[in-house]
Amino acid sequence: MPTPTKGPRLGGSPAHQRLILANLAQSLFEHGKITTTEAKARRLRPYAEQLITKAKNDTVANRRQVVKVIRDKSVLHTLFAEIGPAMAERPGGYTRITKIGPRKGDNAPMAVIEIVEADFTPKATTTKATEAPVAAAPAEPAVDEERAEANDLDTSEVDTDAAIADAPEAAENADATTEADEAK
Amino acid sequence: MAVPKRKMSRSNTRHRRSAWKAVAVQTVECPNPACDSRVVPHRACGECGQYGARGERRQVL
Repeated sequence: MPTPTKGPRLGGSPAHQRLILANLAQSLFEHGKITTTEAKARRLRPYAEQLITKAKNDTVANRRQVVKVIRDKSVLHTLFAEIGPAMAERPGGYTRITKIGPRKGDNAPMAVIEIVEADFTPKATTTKATEAPVAAAPAEPAVDEERAEANDLDTSEVDTDAAIADAPEAAENADATTEADEAK
Repeated sequence: MAVPKRKMSRSNTRHRRSAWKAVAVQTVECPNPACDSRVVPHRACGECGQYGARGERRQVL
């Protein structure tokens, strides 16, 4: 179920808000970039992105859903013929809001909302398979260091509690690794 | 209706108003090296109309 927007409607009544959002969406698809108040831009963003998502899949059902909002046929064509296919690879986030300075007349915070044009390059997915070798790589030198420390302790014979506590373990590790090597 | 008992002196009025201080808005350098102006953070520059990190700034206006 769609969550109702909090606070007052844009323009005062629900019908007025529907019209404002529809007109803003139509202007956005027509020009690619519009300047409006920050509040309207923030309301427009999910609204326009849902329309673009529908435009990615050109079916009669989707066209009927979109034509309820975008009544201008040329804009509808631009949306389905150009904007939708251009966003085929992009998983959401089709628009970008950039804040600009306040408006002269009423000091309202203004923003530019635009359709993202740059080609989408998916980020390299960091899965556990790629992370595991990275995690394993630093672990092995640590064992080597322990072995080195153990060797150092044996040669220098430092008599501290910590060294005594650490050395047997390291020695065991070293023995275990040597045994493993011999087994191979 | 409650009304003031005494006239507020000019001194008291001015003392109170002297506490109304304006604070300078914090600004950052415009990412455009050619622009060299100060802008409010997270706003496009009003002079050159650019916004974004230094490496990937873009023309907004």
